[in-house]
Amino acid sequence: MREISLQIDGREVAATEDMTILAAAKNAGISIPTVCHYEKLQPFGGCRLCTVEAEVGGRTNLVAACVYPVQKDLVVTTRSEQIDKIRKVLTEQLLAYAPESEVLENLAREYQAEKDRFAKEPSFCILCGLCVRYCAEIKQKNAVGFVDRGPNREISFIPEIAASECWDCKECFPLCPTSALQAAFVLMRSLTSSRSFVKPASNKQDEINSITERNQHNGSPAALLQAAAKG
Amino acid sequence: MRSPDIQGSSQSGASMKRTEIEIMDAEKVERIIDNHRCEPGSLIQILLDIQAELHWLPKEALAMVSEKLHVPMSRIQHTATFYKAFSLVPKGRHEINICMGTACHVRGAPRVLEVVQNLIGIQPGETDAEMKFSLGTVNCLGCCALGPVMEIDAERLGKLAPATTAGLLKGYD
Amino acid sequence: MINSPAELEKLRQEILSKRDPGTTRISICAGAGCLATGAGKVITAFGEEIEKQGLRNDVNIKGTGCPGFCERGPVVVIDPEDICYLQVTPKDVPEIVAQTIKEKKVVDRLLYVDQTKNEKAVHEADIPFYKNQERNIIGNNIKIDPKCIDDYLALGGYSALAKALFQMTSEQVVEEVKHSKLRGRGGGGFPTGIKWEAARNAPGDTKYVIVNADEGDPGAFMDRAVLEGNPHSILEGLIIGAYAIGSHEGYIYVRQEYPLALENAGIAIKQAEEHGFFGTNILGSGFDFYVKVHRGAGAFVCGEETALLLSLEGKPGEPRARPPYPATRGLWGKPTNINNVETWANVPLIINKGADWFNQFGTERSKGTKIFSLVGKIRNTGLVEVPMGVTLRDIIYKIGDGIPGSKKFKAVQTGGPAGGCIPEAHLDTAVDFDELTKAGAIMGSGGMIVMDEDTCMVDVARYFLNFLSEESCGKCSPCREGVKRMHQILTNITEGRGKEGDIELLEELALSTRSASLCALGRSAPNPVLSTIRHFRDEYETHIRDKMCPSHSCKELISYYIDPDKCGACRICPRECTSGAIIGDKNQIHVIDQAKCNKCGTCFEICPARFGAVIRLSGKPVPAPIPEEMRVIVRKRNPKREKQDAGNLLTD
Repeated sequence: MREISLQIDGREVAATEDMTILAAAKNAGISIPTVCHYEKLQPFGGCRLCTVEAEVGGRTNLVAACVYPVQKDLVVTTRSEQIDKIRKVLTEQLLAYAPESEVLENLAREYQAEKDRFAKEPSFCILCGLCVRYCAEIKQKNAVGFVDRGPNREISFIPEIAASECWDCKECFPLCPTSALQAAFVLMRSLTSSRSFVKPASNKQDEINSITERNQHNGSPAALLQAAAKG
Repeated sequence: MRSPDIQGSSQSGASMKRTEIEIMDAEKVERIIDNHRCEPGSLIQILLDIQAELHWLPKEALAMVSEKLHVPMSRIQHTATFYKAFSLVPKGRHEINICMGTACHVRGAPRVLEVVQNLIGIQPGETDAEMKFSLGTVNCLGCCALGPVMEIDAERLGKLAPATTAGLLKGYD
Repeated sequence: MINSPAELEKLRQEILSKRDPGTTRISICAGAGCLATGAGKVITAFGEEIEKQGLRNDVNIKGTGCPGFCERGPVVVIDPEDICYLQVTPKDVPEIVAQTIKEKKVVDRLLYVDQTKNEKAVHEADIPFYKNQERNIIGNNIKIDPKCIDDYLALGGYSALAKALFQMTSEQVVEEVKHSKLRGRGGGGFPTGIKWEAARNAPGDTKYVIVNADEGDPGAFMDRAVLEGNPHSILEGLIIGAYAIGSHEGYIYVRQEYPLALENAGIAIKQAEEHGFFGTNILGSGFDFYVKVHRGAGAFVCGEETALLLSLEGKPGEPRARPPYPATRGLWGKPTNINNVETWANVPLIINKGADWFNQFGTERSKGTKIFSLVGKIRNTGLVEVPMGVTLRDIIYKIGDGIPGSKKFKAVQTGGPAGGCIPEAHLDTAVDFDELTKAGAIMGSGGMIVMDEDTCMVDVARYFLNFLSEESCGKCSPCREGVKRMHQILTNITEGRGKEGDIELLEELALSTRSASLCALGRSAPNPVLSTIRHFRDEYETHIRDKMCPSHSCKELISYYIDPDKCGACRICPRECTSGAIIGDKNQIHVIDQAKCNKCGTCFEICPARFGAVIRLSGKPVPAPIPEEMRVIVRKRNPKREKQDAGNLLTD
């Protein structure tokens, strides 16, 4: 595997030709923020928090570090006034959905993002796709996927698959940067249990209740979970 | 978070007729999939043919496609909701599409849309209660010189004005 | 099945020998536009009348491709005299047959009339709309029945293919296209030859070539006309490109909103296959190539290369990061070359006439001609093909014949949702890939939407952001959230809820959306907003500060009012009002009930010019209706006038 030398934040960094900027930076101990990235999954390039400046052949572009492949003589800058401004606005936009998210709160502190900049949204899913991709790539069950497009994009469970697979798995739950996934799942359960063709096992009600308690936040996520569990 | 529209179980009186329709539709769907030789790359072409044949994509049809093409249901669901040519609910007998392209917009298409909305009583994306008309908007039919343009059952009518639009909708049952 | 270039030429001569140039030919445009205004019935009427007059053996009738003069369709051209009739209806057909076909006389009233000089033009070539164009590509449309391959062969079709396969190596073909400096016509403007070279040099035996006919820019229909009207020109270009790159399999990706283009492309492929221009051992050259048509399913984003590839693979059209570029890793991971319809259509011309011929048109960095769709508030709407470098002013006034209804030009929007609005001050800008960017716009795929004083520029920005929010794939947050927020702010402004600081917020959102989005849709989404803020900032400020729309267009900010001093109580507007909001009777001044008015604007358009009583108010309160007893008009009866008014009621 060919070795490639590039510059990140003024430092010479060694990398191999199959690496992305993000991987090369991590190797060198340089941290770049991410939300939708997970080591075990293919990089997604969706949240764009990892946006960095990459200069090659005299041209500077803004690229997503998690998907951009390293090249010889690439000069990367991970922090600048422009980059910080971008990360601030992106964080503020996502905070409108999940103000309690730990990941987003950390970003808010670092980039001085205002929690209440944009009007609150009823959904708390930030569409990072971690649950969808985990279930597709690692578990290969495809129990949850995206639907629709643009501002109407959402995650959606396939009831028949989720009913038989999810209760015993739930491996994607800890990956969720907000509490959207648990809420989505519980809501889906309540919908399917009121239709006759898929019923939850009777011992699962306790589990629904314990998830509700564990996710006590002041605000809509818990309320939704409570309502869904009763439904 | 949403579950795709699932057609609930039918009343017992209508269930016999519905099963016959289901069998007929299932045969049509099977034929369409076979015509495309079950290639996963043909998913969108297959769904377009089913939509043209049945005027919507029933969940049972999607399940058949998933099975025969070995494509996960999540991807089929995403594809069927991503592309606006598809409908997951039954459409009316007559499909009205109003072009909202820039040229049509500048010549007053939003006002034509409003007149049609008020006349039929539905919003774009909806079907009226008698299943007569389905209303939709489309982002450019390519007849830009004739804007505003409306398409009813694949027939295109151009140079529309709010005042004359009502008359065009008569004569459809 | 043709097995050699010599056989092809023999067939061509056979076809030509059966066509006497002196025979009378009636060509009727059968493009989607003219069909929507009744061309189908005109074609049938000609068929019947010719039959009736016993002229079936002497006259050829054919439905042809779109020649582009859509404002005046249905368009009919009579040859060999090259007489052009416009806005022909079935009722005109017997007269045309009697006068022009039989007596060789011209039917004056169906000719083009130049509004300013008051001159008529008999021949197609004299009509200013056509005369000022350079119609290298679209000029053939009126001569071809797209469902008949012989028409294409009669014009020299597929000779470029024979030349490429038998007289040039694949490297030489790439070199010629590079030498021509042809740049992609879909909006990206990337040098085509270099793109081909990259795909050619990419390792691997399986390569694909693709025609991008997903023309999604609203207001643009150039590709529709070329694919519908002359599908073989694109097929020929495609096979030449496949030969150059080393590809044996191709796709034509057509948006499903173009059913006629789909139909004609399918017929063309079948006929080309039968003749041996597709398939195994093309023309006996040893080169194999197969092509399939693939339909889009209603997603503008699938015009983006990587999204289009995913759509071909049966997946949602979510663009992906580049690099790697499709030339190295494209469809199913193989090297792929995607070009726009118009780009492919230029290829046979370049091969036949040479790169040097091509280079005589256009500017230093933008060679050749470009087809534009000139639409909106313009007298001559239609498709215009000019060499690059012609100015906006020439296109709009010389070819387009200016703004109708004595309205004032306000802006021309170019480049679709990725483009910008150009005001009067910049009308002398040359149209090519680079000059328009200095004015804050782009050439894009060729859409040119002309706007006048009645168009609200804030509403234009809102319209484009609405379009983009419907079409965004939603994968990346800068586009999904940025477009949504910008759209919300613009909607608020046009509905009277604008706030101080909104313009600055729009500019801030524009930065992150343009910088961090994954694909060109998101990165160019702020363009309509930024260009209208740049050139029309005062309109934004008026909406926000004064809750007023200077163009009297934003529904929430305007009211319609009948001036009691001017109203003639003709009863037309109460009758035509689409919401029953106008009260009034014979001899009673009409009044609009503001609570019921839906602002459709019908009364404004329909009030007879001699009254001109309906006005639009914005930013000020509507005067209260005058008391009922004061609304009575006492006047002498004018029976002739009354009859005229009653006639207007019936015919409008």
